[in-house]
Amino acid sequence: MSVTSANTQPVAKNRQSREHNIGRLLLEGRAFFALIAIIAVFSFLSPHYFTVGNFLIMSSHVAIYGILAIGMLLVILNGGIDLSVGSILALSGVIAGFQMQGIVLDAFGVIVYPPVWAVVVITCVVGALVGAVNGILIAWFRVPAFVATLGVMYVARGIALLMTNGLTYNNLSGDPSLGNTGFDWLGFNRLFGVPISVLVLAALAIVAGLMLSRSAFGRWLYASGGNAHAADLSGVPVKKVQVAVYTLSGILAAIAGLVLSSQLTSAGPTAGTTYELTAIAAVVIGGAALTGGRGTVRGTMLGAFVIGFLSDGLVIIGVSSYWQTVFTGAVIVLAVLMNSIQYGSARKK
Amino acid sequence: MNAIHPVAAVEDEVVLAARNVAKSYGAIQALKGVNFDIHRGQVTTLFGENGAGKSTLMRILSGITTPTTGEIILDGAPITFASATEARDSGISIIHQELSLAPNLSVRDNIFMGREIRGPMGVDFAEEERQTRALMVELEEDIDPLTPVEDLRLGQQQIVEIARALSYDSRILIMDEPTSALSASEVEVLFKVIRDLTSRGVSIVYISHHLEEALQITDHAVVLRDGVMTAYAPRSDIDLEWIVRNMVGENYDLGSPPTGYEFGETALSIRNLTVADPSGADYNVVDDLSLDVKAGEIVCIYGLMGAGRTELLETIAGRLKQETGDILLNGGNVSPLSIGQRIANGLALVPEDRQKDGLVQTMTVGQNLSLASIMDFTRGIFTSRKLESDLIETSIRKVTVKTSGPDAAIGSLSGGNQQKVVIGKILATDPKVIMLDEPSRGIDIGAKAEVFRLLAERAREGLAVIYSTSEVGECLSIAHRIIVMHRGRISAEFDSTISKEKIMAASGEAVVA
Repeated sequence: MSVTSANTQPVAKNRQSREHNIGRLLLEGRAFFALIAIIAVFSFLSPHYFTVGNFLIMSSHVAIYGILAIGMLLVILNGGIDLSVGSILALSGVIAGFQMQGIVLDAFGVIVYPPVWAVVVITCVVGALVGAVNGILIAWFRVPAFVATLGVMYVARGIALLMTNGLTYNNLSGDPSLGNTGFDWLGFNRLFGVPISVLVLAALAIVAGLMLSRSAFGRWLYASGGNAHAADLSGVPVKKVQVAVYTLSGILAAIAGLVLSSQLTSAGPTAGTTYELTAIAAVVIGGAALTGGRGTVRGTMLGAFVIGFLSDGLVIIGVSSYWQTVFTGAVIVLAVLMNSIQYGSARKK
Repeated sequence: MNAIHPVAAVEDEVVLAARNVAKSYGAIQALKGVNFDIHRGQVTTLFGENGAGKSTLMRILSGITTPTTGEIILDGAPITFASATEARDSGISIIHQELSLAPNLSVRDNIFMGREIRGPMGVDFAEEERQTRALMVELEEDIDPLTPVEDLRLGQQQIVEIARALSYDSRILIMDEPTSALSASEVEVLFKVIRDLTSRGVSIVYISHHLEEALQITDHAVVLRDGVMTAYAPRSDIDLEWIVRNMVGENYDLGSPPTGYEFGETALSIRNLTVADPSGADYNVVDDLSLDVKAGEIVCIYGLMGAGRTELLETIAGRLKQETGDILLNGGNVSPLSIGQRIANGLALVPEDRQKDGLVQTMTVGQNLSLASIMDFTRGIFTSRKLESDLIETSIRKVTVKTSGPDAAIGSLSGGNQQKVVIGKILATDPKVIMLDEPSRGIDIGAKAEVFRLLAERAREGLAVIYSTSEVGECLSIAHRIIVMHRGRISAEFDSTISKEKIMAASGEAVVA
């Protein structure tokens, strides 16, 4: 558009529109530029920041938030919110830990030690079920998303506490004689030098990105988040989409729970407290609208990296963790402010 | 109320007048130089179809908007109102068509909202209650001042709205469709109040689609059409036919029914359909209605607001649930199917409110056009970009959407083009039966004609078309058959040779036995 206008419009107007375009570019790519700025500033302040080793470590921290944020993006695109992901993360970790200790079947008098792949599958199924409860409450019983997921947040956390009596499973390594070793692979191993958790995040991000941009489901999700009435009348199965979105968010929270407990080599019922808020922040910083219908996986990933690289950078240069909280909060508010500028100006046009 | 003293009504004294008032919204001229007089102590009724400029004129007179050109003359002197409050202080108030009450507050609090009576101990609720009670006595309505407005019937809420306007001690009272939600007895009371007010020198401006009802009360009639005042006369000189003739005009060409082909088999058959009121009220919005539409046939459903047209079409589309009855599409029962399944079978609706139900504002023009046919360009798990862009290009060309491209924001289009996108979206699903609820709402006459031409072309190819309208001129355009709905039933059925007057008469309350 700028090319054609350069030929036909007077110079003054052209310059104005070019400045306008640069402004728009800065606004639309703000999460990317923020990330560049964060990396530049901390590289300047600390010689340890700009190293491959450090980036990989920081990325493995980002992985947990990033996986949660992908699920949160799906929910927010649908016009909802999921406050339960932190609790589902903890519950999943505990359920995985419980299985690693062996499942006692009194009726048969045996203890079953499921292999690690089965632990992963069962844990994801539990996450999906909890997410589906959210979705069904919201879609079919019309409970507001905020309230439904708030309730599930407490219930899931409570079940995790009940299962362990408040304690933590410290032994997740399994036993070679029982054939259930390898749980730490997710959190500790590397493939081509890259932590597995980062590869998991990358794979999930690519799958989610393709799903949103290229599948019918992705289009349904954007449509029902943008205007549920219009989507409904266009034949979109709005309620099924809603249930699916919360289910997916639950599965992703379970995956994040597996990765986290593998990284920590322990599974505690209090893990992941307030992680849902970090995930929401990543989605918002990535430019998604909380009203639904707008947002991308790419933006959300940038948002997750902005938060992760910022807080790790502050740790590296030795800033008090209290200041980290202040900075993170300021970044979130700034991001929402920019979102409202972007979408506000689009509406006026 | 007490401030108004009986005035010896001077014959034809003009209290408020509009002189050469014009108003443009962007490129659209809503009013094109209108002269309008309001006489002291008399009722002046404004007639006109939707979009004729009635509401715009009333908004100008009540200070809500300012005219682009022209002036307002109050008591012989030019005046400009900066706001509706300023106009109200000059004694002009308006009762809007859409209620503007806070449903959670009581009747008393609504009436005194924003101008509470202050006493030494804060708000003087007792005095407010006393005045509210007095107003209710005057309106002969048994409503307790402390009832929350949400507990009242719609008609009673309208009464509260009227009571509030009366409490301003207005000299000039503008009523925009005040009777649309009132029962016959409530209308009687309202008319009594109007006569009482006029006898005390209050001037009334009255707008109604119930022509016969308006003729009972009015002293003067003014007719607007397309932003121009087409006729003006005192009550004694006019009748119903005069109003209709001037409202609709003669040269109102939206095409004619397509001819030269045979209708096909019955495409849509509705058998004894009954639909309960969606808000839970104890009556049926569609009442034991049966209707057959053949392939290639165009049927127009005419009716007043609340006649049940929207509910009928939304039930056929699958949005509302039917109580009893069957909906057959080419002989197959679609009643148990979802909206998506009905669309896949060839039955689709273009909704009345395109902003609320038609468009996804966060999506582009192209994405909106392809929204209802996503599965048609999905191969395996992924959508095919090529098939989708082919579909979008074809749609844009077929329904002639004026847009900078498929990636343009949907909000960048004009109302008429947005409507074409909604219609194009539905046509892209290759329907056998298309229903359009008020397809011409909020679009200009040129776009209207294009939409109707498009539908006529598709009917010739075998599409069954059903559209609803509240403008009688649109019935007598492309429709082969005209159905008049009244209170959920078909009150009359005509072919395309019927006169406008007869259609209008069949939709009104008086005619139906």
